[in-house]
Amino acid sequence: MSDDEDAIRGRPPRKRNADSMIENMPAPDSRKPSAALDEARLRQQAIGVRLRQMFDEVVNEDVPDEFLDILRRADSKTAENG
Amino acid sequence: MAADPAARPTRSASDDEGFKRELVQLIPHLRAFARTLCGDPAAADDLAQDAMMKAWDARASFQMGTNMKAWTFMILRNQFYSEKRRSWRQSQLDQEAAERTLVAVDDPEAPVALDELRQGLAMLPAEQREALILVGAGGFAYEEAAEICDCAVGTVKSRVSRARRALHAILEEGSYDRDGASAGDAMRAILADAERLSTVR
Repeated sequence: MSDDEDAIRGRPPRKRNADSMIENMPAPDSRKPSAALDEARLRQQAIGVRLRQMFDEVVNEDVPDEFLDILRRADSKTAENG
Repeated sequence: MAADPAARPTRSASDDEGFKRELVQLIPHLRAFARTLCGDPAAADDLAQDAMMKAWDARASFQMGTNMKAWTFMILRNQFYSEKRRSWRQSQLDQEAAERTLVAVDDPEAPVALDELRQGLAMLPAEQREALILVGAGGFAYEEAAEICDCAVGTVKSRVSRARRALHAILEEGSYDRDGASAGDAMRAILADAERLSTVR
């Protein structure tokens, strides 16, 4: 119901992803009263980018063979047991 | 071949094959999550392997088509905390291990700001660090993170927001200790990197 009301008022859908916001950031040199707020938001986004990078660094590592070996052994054991 | 909804569906080899394929794709993510939870990379890989095997053994209880990533992360996290409970010594070593893991990256090429971020994360309470990593790095929605951490959605939201504020303050004030780097250096480096990264993406 409230979703419908939002749609009628033309409110944009809420976004979860901050990535798009980083690219669409207004120029930081605009000296509005909200400049400090923008600055804080920018910093939070920068930390977010870093955080993802840190995580992705491990994600992008080669998976040690051990993982697949273990899984393969378990799988073949299942096959034997029917 | 009429399906009886009351009967436990028998698993076919192709069910297992599909499950396995999806599980294999999740291994890198399980390793990354494990690395943020426990000690050195070797201990993290042990944890990730245990979680992978637990997931494999429990495959019959997983509903294909639902979020396997969240499901395996939950298994990994439960495994981590049950192991910790089993060994009281582990909890004593926990802080040490966290510092060692998040700090010690023997990669001279590693960007300075990444080290600072790791140190900053190590200073956060475990529950805040975990929530921030799931939502901020793992790409989980608050609802999924709440399921993984077995807590209310509101709790995850407040943990993430407290973690963000605390991390920002730590990086801003330079309350970490690293080669006497002056306050704010880390934040400046992070901002510069983020700017570069966002243009690349």
